[in-house]
Amino acid sequence: MNDLPRNSPLPFPPPLAGEGRVGDGTDADARPVFARERRVLGIAVSTWPSIIAPIAIGILMLAAWEAIVRIRGTPAYILPGPLLIGQTLWSDWGTLSESLVITLRITFGALAAAIVVGVALAIIFTQSKWLEKSLYPYAVILQVTPIIAIAPLIIIWVGDIGLSLLICAWIVAFFPILSNTILGLSSADHNLVDLFKLYRADRWQTLRYLRLPAALPYFLGGLKISGGLALIGAVVAEFVAGTGGSASGLAYRILESMYRLQIPRMFAALFLISASGIAIFGIISMIAHFALRHWHESAVRREN
Amino acid sequence: MSLATAGTPGVRPLVSIRNVSKQFANGTLAIRGVDLDLFGGEFVSLLGPSGCGKSTLLRIIAKLGQPSAGTVEWPTSTHSASGEAHPDLGFVFQDPTLMPWSNALKNVMLPLTLAGAPDGEAQARSAEMLALVGLKGFEKSYPRELSGGMRMRVSIARALVTRPKILLMDEPFAALDEITRHRLNDDLLGLWWQNRFTAVFVTHSVFESVYLSQRIVVMAARPGRVMADLKNEAVYPRDALFRTSAEYAHLCRVASETLKQAIAA
Repeated sequence: MNDLPRNSPLPFPPPLAGEGRVGDGTDADARPVFARERRVLGIAVSTWPSIIAPIAIGILMLAAWEAIVRIRGTPAYILPGPLLIGQTLWSDWGTLSESLVITLRITFGALAAAIVVGVALAIIFTQSKWLEKSLYPYAVILQVTPIIAIAPLIIIWVGDIGLSLLICAWIVAFFPILSNTILGLSSADHNLVDLFKLYRADRWQTLRYLRLPAALPYFLGGLKISGGLALIGAVVAEFVAGTGGSASGLAYRILESMYRLQIPRMFAALFLISASGIAIFGIISMIAHFALRHWHESAVRREN
Repeated sequence: MSLATAGTPGVRPLVSIRNVSKQFANGTLAIRGVDLDLFGGEFVSLLGPSGCGKSTLLRIIAKLGQPSAGTVEWPTSTHSASGEAHPDLGFVFQDPTLMPWSNALKNVMLPLTLAGAPDGEAQARSAEMLALVGLKGFEKSYPRELSGGMRMRVSIARALVTRPKILLMDEPFAALDEITRHRLNDDLLGLWWQNRFTAVFVTHSVFESVYLSQRIVVMAARPGRVMADLKNEAVYPRDALFRTSAEYAHLCRVASETLKQAIAA
């Protein structure tokens, strides 16, 4: 080191930037090299087992169920086998699909209303502490009151069955979205909040560029819960309204089948409710994944 | 190294800090009676042990905190109708503080977007700035896909994209490994040399402050106050050779000695 001339000509300022730097050991070299994994039917080979395993378990369980019902000769009005349920689903598809559409319409209507009202209220609450303090307790009261207890009242007051079912499902569904979005809106990184202050961002800019994106993972978490709750709310309200007759959603079909001892049809309706719930969850999970996959820990795949 | 005289007479400082104190709500006296002038184009380090209020002082300069007493004036900056100074400043936090949901380019664009610049122009300027900090080709990368050093580069690009008159940095490289830190120090000096903004660099590293700055403001803790204002006259360019020179070692010794006295005082 000592025999290096102190005043050897070195470029200053140091060469900054550009493609010229790649390969000189700077950060620009940190760009990763990708190797593609083999795919079958567009799905990576390593993810196939996680798809096949639950399906295999399901088929096994159904086979065992069918076998037990046949071997023991259980009558269909106590426990129908999966094959009979499947047949009923096929033969009664006309009425069942109509009921499915009615129930799903209420569910998605309630979910949409829950998103609009939940997010709007959350934004209003985080803009004004006073509004939050005065209104939030009532949102909690709405949440903790059992829907089954107030559904009859709502049906009487509103009159229109469809609308009252929508309101019931909405009451159940909106709270998780409200509370999660409030949490999300107020958990933006404090340094980022300072940064926005530094650049004199107004309320609207801070909301649009900082608070709303920061709240997105929380909102989607709430949406996942609310999706299932909207369906449950719709079914519960239908049960209460049930024998009124004009609305004939899936819950009504279950009640009807029970009275008529058409147990396979009851199971078929039950199957449709469960399948709808799973589908709603799946759709919301997929939306969450695509919305967050680039940046949020929950959606990012890690390897060690 | 010598004690700095209070600026060149007749030259108006960019920032003029007079008798600034800050007491937090819990009673802690973070800084007391700080007088400091910062001049256009100089590279100043605020050096001191943790708890000496150097970050607090930096935040007060950035108007992210209000002083309990004293004034911070910007004699040469534009002022709003209400008499409030609107200095052009950039701020680099201890953490990169990037928006994880936006890619590198969008992060750098933020100050321009907030100022209402048209998208195309903001994009062009931000891409240029990213290239300047050595991140050409990483515009579309999200923060989590970048290394710690690269995130800090994005953060610096964001702070400089508005071409501020003054760049405030709060221990920006403290969390980085030494190799990365040395490289970022060199690149920061390069950017400063080319653009000649005023740089205020908070650090607790004697070596970093001597390597980078023309002026080292040594602070002491409890309560935070300015103990010495050292002039570092080593010539630029400063590079790897400077880092191993006898001159650098000597300057570090002087600064260390001053810091030790400040802590003991």
